[in-house]
Amino acid sequence: MAATLDLIERENALQGLGVSRLRKEDARFIRGKGTYIDDLQLPGMLFGAIVRSPYAHARIKSIDKDKALAMPGVAAVLTADDLRPLGLHWMPTIGGDTQAVLADEKVCFQMQEVAMVIASDRYTAADAADMVVVEYEELPAIVDPHKSMDADAPIIREDIADKDEVSHGKRTHPNHIFTWEAGDKDTTDAVFDSAAVTVKEEILNPRVHPCPIETCGCVASFDKVTGKLTVNVTSQVPHLFRTVVAMLSGIPESKIRIIGSDIGGGFGNKVPIYPGYVIAIVASIVTGVPIKWIESRIENISTTGFARDYHGIGELAADKDGRIKALRFFALADHGAFNSHVSATVLPAGLFSICTGSYDIPAAYCRVDAVYTNKAPGGVAYRCSLRVTEAVYLIERMIDVLAQKVGVDKAEIRRRNFIKEDMFPYTTSLGWTVDSGSYHNALDKVLRAVDYEGLLKEQAEKRANGELMGIGISTFTEIVGAGPTKVCDILGIGLFDSCEIRVNPTGSAIARLGTMSQGQGHATTYAQIIATELGLPSDEIQIEEGDTDKAPYGAGTWGSRSTPVAGAAAALAARKIRAKAKTIAAHLMEVGEADLEWEVDRFNVKGNPTQSKTMKEIAMVAHTGNLPDGMEQGLDASEYYDPPNLTFPFGAYVCVVDIDRFTGETKVRRFYALDDCGTRINPMIIEGQIHGGLTEAFAVAFGQAIPFDENGNHLGNSLMDYFLPTSFETPHWETDETVTPSPHHPIGAKGVAESPHVGGIPCFSNAVVDAFAHLGVTHMDMPHTAFRVWQQCKALGIDKRDGA
Amino acid sequence: MANKRTVSFKLNGNDVDAVVEPRELLIHTLRERLSTTGPHIGCETSHCGACTVDLDGASVKSCTVLTVQCQDADVLTIEGFEKDGKLHALQEGFTQEHGLQCGYCTPGMITRAYRLLQENPNPSEEDIRYWMAGNLCRCTGYQNIVKAVQYAAEKLSSAQEVS
Repeated sequence: MAATLDLIERENALQGLGVSRLRKEDARFIRGKGTYIDDLQLPGMLFGAIVRSPYAHARIKSIDKDKALAMPGVAAVLTADDLRPLGLHWMPTIGGDTQAVLADEKVCFQMQEVAMVIASDRYTAADAADMVVVEYEELPAIVDPHKSMDADAPIIREDIADKDEVSHGKRTHPNHIFTWEAGDKDTTDAVFDSAAVTVKEEILNPRVHPCPIETCGCVASFDKVTGKLTVNVTSQVPHLFRTVVAMLSGIPESKIRIIGSDIGGGFGNKVPIYPGYVIAIVASIVTGVPIKWIESRIENISTTGFARDYHGIGELAADKDGRIKALRFFALADHGAFNSHVSATVLPAGLFSICTGSYDIPAAYCRVDAVYTNKAPGGVAYRCSLRVTEAVYLIERMIDVLAQKVGVDKAEIRRRNFIKEDMFPYTTSLGWTVDSGSYHNALDKVLRAVDYEGLLKEQAEKRANGELMGIGISTFTEIVGAGPTKVCDILGIGLFDSCEIRVNPTGSAIARLGTMSQGQGHATTYAQIIATELGLPSDEIQIEEGDTDKAPYGAGTWGSRSTPVAGAAAALAARKIRAKAKTIAAHLMEVGEADLEWEVDRFNVKGNPTQSKTMKEIAMVAHTGNLPDGMEQGLDASEYYDPPNLTFPFGAYVCVVDIDRFTGETKVRRFYALDDCGTRINPMIIEGQIHGGLTEAFAVAFGQAIPFDENGNHLGNSLMDYFLPTSFETPHWETDETVTPSPHHPIGAKGVAESPHVGGIPCFSNAVVDAFAHLGVTHMDMPHTAFRVWQQCKALGIDKRDGA
Repeated sequence: MANKRTVSFKLNGNDVDAVVEPRELLIHTLRERLSTTGPHIGCETSHCGACTVDLDGASVKSCTVLTVQCQDADVLTIEGFEKDGKLHALQEGFTQEHGLQCGYCTPGMITRAYRLLQENPNPSEEDIRYWMAGNLCRCTGYQNIVKAVQYAAEKLSSAQEVS
């Protein structure tokens, strides 16, 4: 008993895997002592402000800088003509395209970067930006992606008009970016032709924006004496950022240091390389002083990394009982004026082909056509692992559409189609191998928790009274942790990740990783992984990331890849250290390594636990001369981890809504979210991630959209217009879990932060549509604002009180 | 530079002077002249609340207050919460209840919650959600922020009962 207590105490002392350890990051944030980009002030620093286009599509006739340059405090005004001699007026994007750093003779979206004013402070810079006179000749704009490839459509990208390929295969029109397909079209078509039941629905994922509370920005600082360029920047991918800057500038990568300190939320908005960063870098090289550039909120929503704008068509073929026989999904993707979002080279539509979801679907085919429009570039962002949100939205909506068609309950139709537990690892008809899952179990647990039968009964009663109550179900499968280098690279660089660990003589450690936290709590959770592997207290394990001079190369933090990839690297680097420690322990105790066993924080001699060496003791010995023959001093290791597969977290969600048919207002009465992310590293942080992801799902489902008029003018790019839920309207979240470890991850963990967003959005939509299902409604496009829901009520003639 | 004014006010209990143009916003004076970078800028339009400070006993969004309006004012920012090395109950609550992730909105959240607890020491969940609605958070979904405020309210009221 005493021995057991001792073990528990030693375990607790580690604060390792599975513990709701409080966050290490909080100490500075609760004191206002974080270091975000705009907190940085360097001696002699100047401020950059961008002059932007008022038109969505226009030729630049002239730019007059004189008035701006004449203002006191203005150091320079840079235009494309100034960058051209350096070859820096265009840049490569991480989507394989090129993008104008400053508009080169024409602008292709409203608010595109035309010039940057460099001045003594932000007020002077803003004043001077207004004094730069740009003369434009307006051109017709394309806003609707359905019109991009019309025969008479204006050519948006004259710079590549004669290229028949941008980066992802043949193009058929100057405004065409790529067509990508997966699956077996002929087989799938044949199944559709002979199917007992087919359903088809047009389903839009509108253009939205992740809108982190901190906008994007940087401080670029070029040292003319040493030739070293340091860029502090809001980047989720500091190492890739460094490589792009090296490719672009010709500066040796060893002389470029990218530092991402504290980041005020990312959500994919801070993955791409933006023109503002590049101009600031050039301006610093030109002026020799540090240049700060910070976006305004309107600039952020208007120009940087939006999400979605996927115009989908979903089709399912099934038997009369609702067993799905085939799936056909199409999407027209509006990528804006440049193809600049993050995407793996061979996966231009990202991971969209996970669209078979949690279901055993024997035949499937999907195709994505990406086109240019006169809108800001982007598309992959917002808690979305490369188009997974769009894919999951389609399948989770379509299975409801099918349920309504065949008259099967929406929970039951999922049960009938789930991949069964004994089928894992399961290879989908679109080629992904889903690592593990337990879908029936998860759904049944949730249905019991919410008393699904009781809800159905209540709904029937309400419907009889003319009231609208909806029950939404989402049983999603995610695909996160990009990824295996054989399928995942950006600009040729594989999406592996890395960890270096050094154990100090007194038994503390420092670990550096290739990822970049933006609130995920990496300093807390990576330490927990290493603590359990090494038997050293997590409080004594320092985590560092984001400084490319210090951290090993990695592909950063996005697409829930930190735990699946860098977390695995951390565990495996620690295991290398433990292996060396074991050799030292065997040497010290004069036994064979086979005679040792690991116990929490030490190696015991088997059968004689009183003879042992703790990791702390071994750490000291590793720095002495008392080592086995030929062994080097030190206790460190590094691991570059190329995952064998992605990980596939899943969940079962239920949402209950009540809709006021006279106003269209929707109240989320209940939201119950069960997530399975495999092994759980820190339950408190997981729950926090789920709350946040569900809230962002709520935002997308109920209010977010970036509208344009027919000329490409933004109709909502400030927080006056763009919906961010407040504490008051955000629903209460209930969370739950099952644990199905990933068989291929060293500690069995999957990613989690995206799941609630990806799985949450269709759950809300399914609930809203379900409220109208008995009236024959099969789909309603987001956002489900009161006005739009009321329009549905009006169309059905249920918006008026009796006698009104 | 012409047309500058000297503005004197109390910042977290200390007398400070700032020489500013009349158009300068309080958030910029705090952050760029007075090294008080706890309050953040998120929108510049009074929507997000990241710049919230307490000005003469009221929460204000310092991105839409002119510094020249602050002559003789008493300004409290997140930097003024920790006293003699002891965290304020709200700071403790935000950590204990995991009420923050990226931390960007946190100084404004805590400063706003402080004003709430000054006005209403025992708020209900609905009170908290209503009072905090001018401060946006994209990471947490607010649920743990509510708990953090409740934690602080309980701690402060039980401390009062003891004293």
